[in-house]
This record gives sequence, C-alpha cells and structure tokens, in this order.
Amino acid sequence: MSGRIKLRDLSRPDSEPLIHLENEELMPLPAPLESPEKDHAWAALSEQTKSRYECGLDDTCAVNVPKPKTREEEEQLVARFLSGLDKLFDKENNWTFLQPLLLTMEHCTGCQTCAESCHIFEASGHNELYRPAFRSEILRRLYFKHAKRGGLLSAWQHGDVHLNWPLVARLIELAYRCNLCRRCAQSCPIGCDNGLVARELRKLFSQEMGIAPREIHENGSVLQLKVGSSTGMNAEIVKDNVAFIDEDISERTGIEFRTSWDVEGADVLLIHNAGEIMAWPENPGAFGLILTLAGVNWTMSSELAAYDAINYGLWYDDAQFARVAMKHMEAAKKLGVKRIVLGECGHAHKALCVIADRLLTDDLHIPRESYLPLLRDIVLSGKIKFDPARNDFPVTLHDPCNMVRLMGVVEPQREILRALCPQFREMEPHGVNNYCCGGGSGFAIMSGNNFPDWRFHVSGRKKLEQILNAFADYPGPETPKYLCAPCSNCKGQFRDLITYYGLWQKNRILYGGLVELVVNAVADVKPGFIEWEWR
Amino acid sequence: MTAAVYLAIYAGLLIFLAGCLRRILAYARTPLHLRWELYPLPHEHPYRAAYGGSYFETQEWWRQPQVANRRGEWRVMVEEILFLKSLRGFNRRLWRPSFLFHFGLYLAVAAVGCAALALACGLFSAGAQIAGLIHALAAIGKVAGAAGAIFIVAGACWLLMRRTTDPALKNSTRAGDIFNLLFFIAACTLLIGGYLLRAPGTASLAEFARGAVHFDRTVRIGSAFGAGLILVSILLAYIPFTHMAHFIAKYFTWHAVRWDDRRNERGSAIEGKVAASLGYKPTWSAPHVGADGQRTWAEIATTNPTREAQK
Repeated sequence: MSGRIKLRDLSRPDSEPLIHLENEELMPLPAPLESPEKDHAWAALSEQTKSRYECGLDDTCAVNVPKPKTREEEEQLVARFLSGLDKLFDKENNWTFLQPLLLTMEHCTGCQTCAESCHIFEASGHNELYRPAFRSEILRRLYFKHAKRGGLLSAWQHGDVHLNWPLVARLIELAYRCNLCRRCAQSCPIGCDNGLVARELRKLFSQEMGIAPREIHENGSVLQLKVGSSTGMNAEIVKDNVAFIDEDISERTGIEFRTSWDVEGADVLLIHNAGEIMAWPENPGAFGLILTLAGVNWTMSSELAAYDAINYGLWYDDAQFARVAMKHMEAAKKLGVKRIVLGECGHAHKALCVIADRLLTDDLHIPRESYLPLLRDIVLSGKIKFDPARNDFPVTLHDPCNMVRLMGVVEPQREILRALCPQFREMEPHGVNNYCCGGGSGFAIMSGNNFPDWRFHVSGRKKLEQILNAFADYPGPETPKYLCAPCSNCKGQFRDLITYYGLWQKNRILYGGLVELVVNAVADVKPGFIEWEWR
Repeated sequence: MTAAVYLAIYAGLLIFLAGCLRRILAYARTPLHLRWELYPLPHEHPYRAAYGGSYFETQEWWRQPQVANRRGEWRVMVEEILFLKSLRGFNRRLWRPSFLFHFGLYLAVAAVGCAALALACGLFSAGAQIAGLIHALAAIGKVAGAAGAIFIVAGACWLLMRRTTDPALKNSTRAGDIFNLLFFIAACTLLIGGYLLRAPGTASLAEFARGAVHFDRTVRIGSAFGAGLILVSILLAYIPFTHMAHFIAKYFTWHAVRWDDRRNERGSAIEGKVAASLGYKPTWSAPHVGADGQRTWAEIATTNPTREAQK
C-alpha cells in the first residue's frame, strides 16, 4: 500500500493498521541486496499480540500498550493524555524544552522540506505516515485545539483533528518511529524540530501516563538506577568482568595493564557504555591499553550508575535523564577527578557533555569531554609507535548522530583514521550531514514482537545503502572490510543489520569501534588484535 | 474614504507592532531550556564552522575562551534572510515560488522605507537643496513597491498552486494556509491595480504618503487603491497572530536553540537561570517521576525512587 493516508485516519475507530509495507515499495538497495523478492519477508505480528496490545499503526508494535477493556478506561486514558498535553506546554513542568517546542508548534508552514532529509521516510518508499511532519502536525492540531483551547476559528486556521483513544494509541507508536537524529531539523527553513516533537511526545506518555517501551524504561533507566547498569551488572560483577578483560587483552596484546577503580584525584574518570563490557569486551580492553601506554592517570568508578555511561532518559523522560546524569556527576565529585571522559557511546556523549550542562550548579560543574580529542592527541603525539600497514584494509566511518550533528565532534576521529588506516574512505554524505544507523533513540535495543524487522527494513535501510556504496569497489567476500562505528548503540544496530542481511558471509563486512583499530596498529602489540571472525 | 484609509493604516501598523512585541516577549520569557544545538554553528572558528566542528573537538575545551565568530554568523544570516538559503539547499522546487514571494515582501518593505525617508527629508531639510534626492527616493520607492506587489502576487499564486496540487503539501495544508495566500493575492492585486488604474486627480503615491503623515483628509484616494490599502492594513494586523510571523520565530530557533552552545559556568548568569528552573515544582502524574507539586525538579533529580523502594 503506497500510503496516501490522511491525518484524520489516525482517529479511525478500528484497530487495523493504517498502512502495510511491502518490500517492493521500499527504497531499492545496491548489490548484493538489489532484489526485493529475495529480501526477507517480515514476520507478522502474532494474533495474541494483536488482540492484547494496541497495534493499529503499521506492521509492527514497539511499545506494547495494553488495549483498554472498557469505554470508561479509554476515556480515562484520553483524559490523562490531555492532562499531559497541558503540562507539556507549562513552564513548571516542561521548562527543559518549552521554548523550542512552542516555536515548532506555532511556526511550521507545512513546506515538507524536512521529509527528504528523513532516512525513514525515504527508505519506506516515501510513505506518508513516516513523514517527519506527520506526527508533528497531529500534535500541533491537538495543541491549538486543547492546550490553547482554540475554537472554530482556530480549527479553521490551524486544522482540526478528532481526539479519541485510537488516535492516542497510534500516536504512542508513532512517537517510536523516529530515531531522533534531527536531520530533519537541520533542513527546516524555519528551524522547527520534528525530532524534538517525537521526543516530547514520548515524554508526555512516560511522565504522565507511565507508558514507555520496557527495554528503555524498566530494563533501561530503572534498572540502571536500581543495580547500577542496564546490563544488570552490579559493581562487583562489573569489576570482575573488567579484570577478566584486562587479563585477556594483556595476553592477546602482550602488554600488561590493569584498570584502576575509584582512584581519588585521578585526571580522568572514564565512563564506558557498560554494554561494551558485556558484548564487545575488546573495546574497554583497548581503551585500558591505550590510556596505560600513553601514561594517562585514569580511573573508573564503581559507584551506582557511574560505570555505565548510558542515559536512556535522553530519549523519553526528563526525570530519569536528570537522575542518571546526577549519578554520573556525583560519582566524579566524590572521587575529585579533574574531568570525565566518555567512551564510545554517542548518546552518553550528548547527554552528559551537552544536555546535562544546564542541570548543573555549584560544585557539580565538573568538566566532561569526549574520548575522541584525547585519543587523537595520543595517536598524533608520537608517544606510541604505530604501524598503519596493519590496518591496510578498506575502512569506512559511521558518524553517530549524537557525537557529530548534535555535538560537533567531527574531525578527531578522521584525523586518527587518516593516520592509521591507509584505505580509509568516507560514506556519502558524512559528518554533520550523516544518516542515522537506524538504531538511534533506543531502537537498537528494542526487540519486542517484529520490531527488528521494521528496524532493518526501514530505519536502517539508508545506512545500509551507504555502507554498501562505501565498499562498492570490493563487493565480494575476498577482501575483509571494516565498518568503524565509535558508538555502542550504533554497533548493536550494525551487528543485527549485518547478520540479518548476511553481509559478513556475502561481503566480509566486519563492524567495530575506533579504539580497536588504534590498538590493531600499535607496533608493540602482537599482530592481529582485530580478529576477522563474526561474533 | 481618505480618513478610513489613514485610520486603517495606523491601526494596522500599531496592531502589527503590538502583535510582534507580544510574540517576542512570549518566547523571550520562556525559561532557559536545556542545550539542544545543531551543528554546524556559524559562530565557531571559521575552520571548524566549515565542516560543522565544535569546541568539543579540543581536549580540556573549558580552558579556552569560547569563540564568537560574528562575521560567520552574519554571513549565514544574510544568506538565509535574503536568499532563503536552507530552502534553496533542501527544497529547490519550493524555493522558487517562495523566494519570489519573500523577495516581493522585501521590495515592499524597501518601498515603504524609501517613502518614509523621502518624507523625512522633506520634513527636516530645506526642500530645494535635496529635491533631487527626494525625487530619487520616491522614484525608487515607486518601482520597488510596484515590483514588490507583482512579485508577491506571482509568488503567492505559485505557492497556492503548489499547495493545492502537490500531494506532499496537500495533506498538511490547512484552510488558513489557503486563506493567507488568497489574502496576499487579493490585497496586493487590489493595491497595485488600484494604483495603476487610478482616476485622474486622485493622489499619487507621494501625495498619499504626505497626506497620511499629516492626516490630510483633502487628499483624494481612488476607491480601488484605497480598498487595497485597507486590505493590506488588515493583512498587516493579521500576520503576527499566524505562523506567518516566522520571521520572529527564526530569530529564536536559530539563536536560542540551534546555535546556542553557551557554556554553563559556575557563578554565571546561565547557572542562575538553571538554579531558578530547578526550583520549579512539576506535577507529572506517572509514579516513577515522584512529582507531587511540592517537590522541586532539583529534589526529583537527586532522589532515586528505585533505591528508596528497596529500603
């Protein structure tokens, strides 16, 4: 179905999906994935899921909102939505983003310039539902009608929409069809921000109605604040795991090092995304080795939440965001470190370095920075001897949105790659004009129902095209190729995406972080730190 | 008729200014929001601004003063305001009619500016000495005004066609959008048509402008031209209450959101604003937030409900 749906369709009283996507309708991909017929068929939602949860938007279901049992329950939910809508436009409740939200609500001209910038809209075959302005226009009409108490004149001027439970239920799902990459905001001639709208809708649902995907709330920020990490690792477990990694990497590289915990007055408090420790242990291992070789006085913290840089609140909830950010800052204050350095995690960069900046007062003003300038300075300083010939294979770089478009850290990673990777090539477009990996804003860890199918076919499609194009000169499996993704969330998306499309077998495309490439090129390290094996 | 036209112009102008001021104050009075910038930032060092880099690319960035490359910022602003650069870059199809329309508006503003300047010269100087200048300003104003009105009408017609025929635009087009374009077309057509086809003996542009300043009711204004002026005045009064006031919004979306990378430093004005906002008392209802209308944002941010539940 090509999807000429109308805004009013969101209020349709039935619970049937508004659209259905076929592989043939999606944006074509380059070789070896050029044939839509050979592409995977999407898993269908089970009858049980469809009967229990609100799945009336499209082919998938991300949030699993239980269906109300009675008319009264529906009305109560709509009333709670309206109450949240008022709070979204109230400074006591939403001082955090009130100004940009109001500006976006009141000035969009509907020019649709944002649409062509959106990888999801393009990849879906330009499906109307995924237009960045589609969900914004719904919220805009609700804002003028209900938050501003507009009458007939307002409805005529700003457009009308019928508010009912089916609309709210669909809007909940629609808020989770955007990666929050803000590429659309970059192109808006007015400066409206549809990414912010998606984020603020998620906030309304979470902070007022208690509705958020389990993966990012219960199993994410709540778990992090409860045990210390969304991985479930408490301080003792994380220390054990890191000790094992240190031992393993020391053995593999021939260079002995140990991670120091809770060192008071250290120059650097390094905070990793704890997912690295579980899923890609060579990454924290590589960090430890490089910092030790460079003679940096660094430590990690075993305080609650301070050994896990993630801050999922960034995607959906200001309260959870502020709590986790405070935990990070309090841990740094307790140790009296000179600065916090964030490891390879894009959203953690943006959360702690940029957004949390305006939550800090008094003695919580502890400097935070990306690991990239530090790593660049180490690599280019001459303190460590490198052999770039060890990295003589095609390498391309993915720009995590949170580090690049949303934080302006563009060149340090390129300076490193130019110095250490003779066959480095850019994706097009890149830098601040990059495309999201498709796993941004929590999607990479959301795997309920058939949501991964949507993530691979739609949100990850544009990036997949970019990757294949970047390695177009080495199409087959003969030449191993490295997709450098200096962000845990993006790596999670690439792991799943490459597996789904069999690109390790077909093209020998391996993904990994930046520090692994650096260690692979250290002359004093045993050769072969990067193992060309799929894991 | 003449008095009605003058009153409409004065009222339109006053309501326009008051409406703009109200809108500006409404946004300026919102609390300082969390940082939400979007790169590239034109006030960065020119080397960095070229590719979208930031001060975060430097180790220990807080030890260095923040760059304020105002020339870069002005260059981007001029390109954006005069040539609608971002629309040109990202939506060339819509840029053509939109540029025509907006350029017409700029010409119309320039025409009013020329007329005002010519009048001021006449009022405050010995007329004979600068008669040539006044004459030139009036002539430029006349040409700019006529061209402006024609461009506005042409641009608005073109935009109207796009809005009603382009499937991408149709879905988000509201009745008000169509009305706004028709309003521009009607007002400017009547204005330029009424002026060009005015009867002999009715006021020229210069005579009308002089009459408006002195509230000279003896000036004869052609009925179509007068109706055009009244319609333009109503349009002027209407603009600040619609999304057409995006010329105000753009200042905030660019300077206060996209380009706002100011650091929060200890003891700074920003820190003071942050502290004030952390004192707000939210009422969000979801239990995990823990907001009851009594606790402040600062208290909410520094409590851990999951740990408290475990105790």
